[in-house]
Amino acid sequence: MELNAMQRERYARHLSLPEIGEKGQKKLRKSRVLIIGTGGLGSPAAYYLAAAGISTLGLLDSDVVELSNLQRQIIHFTADLGRRKTLSAEEKLKALNPDVRIKTYSLRLTSKNAQAILRDFDFVIDATDNFSSKLVIANACHAAKKPYSHAGILRFFGQTMTVIPGQTACYRCVFESPPKDPSVPQGPLGAVPGIIGSIQAVEAIKYLLHLGDLLTNRLLTVDALTMRFREVPVKQNPHCKLCGRMPI
Amino acid sequence: MNVTLNGEKREIRTGKTLADIVMNFNPSNKRIAVLLNDDLIPKGNQAGYILKKDDRVEILTFAGGG
Repeated sequence: MELNAMQRERYARHLSLPEIGEKGQKKLRKSRVLIIGTGGLGSPAAYYLAAAGISTLGLLDSDVVELSNLQRQIIHFTADLGRRKTLSAEEKLKALNPDVRIKTYSLRLTSKNAQAILRDFDFVIDATDNFSSKLVIANACHAAKKPYSHAGILRFFGQTMTVIPGQTACYRCVFESPPKDPSVPQGPLGAVPGIIGSIQAVEAIKYLLHLGDLLTNRLLTVDALTMRFREVPVKQNPHCKLCGRMPI
Repeated sequence: MNVTLNGEKREIRTGKTLADIVMNFNPSNKRIAVLLNDDLIPKGNQAGYILKKDDRVEILTFAGGG
């Protein structure tokens, strides 16, 4: 589908990048990304992907907007208190870019419903705020062979890694099982998920357009207190319970 | 003897095990994953490994928030 005059203007800065150009922009107009969690990580990821002109954004979240969310979940406004997060986010993204089709799922992802939902998307962003959801996503994306961006936040710290199931190290190659006694959540500083969620949006676009080197087989860690970004090499674990050749 | 812990050089005494350095870093040894030269080392195997010169240890924190 050709870009119209308005779209040429809207995406002019993408069109001016030789790595994206008209071909890449049209590819984005055919691409579908599922964002699981519309909170601290999901807010910036959703904004940037909608602004970039992704064809379809899936928004999955079972929560409603609470006052304590607003310190970091910048897609939700004070007037949205009590509303479903998916609907609150949908409204902002539609206002930002009416070209984008939004599909909302006001539910929790489970091992039972995951496959039917993932089927309709090309890339998945794990923007959830708990270990059990991260595990469900890792397992479901592995089963469906869907690439995904993992991320996690704690206090002033964030980490992210992109996974191509069957080809690169997965979340569970490093973090085998969720901790039995998850710590009481502290923080985070609101802008930290902003940094990491933005990186997740970049990774989604790079994957969709085959650009550059994905953040695979390496975990990017960010310590905002020292403002150090580090890359930790990770490799496919032969004993990985999910993707290993010799699972324990 | 020098090893690298989370990207930084550390001087340790010869004979120290992986479990020693992990314990020093995070006494509870909870909510972390330990990589030795890029390989994940389960908690149960950490005491049996005596660190060698130039080993690279990464202690990764489980970050579940979003």
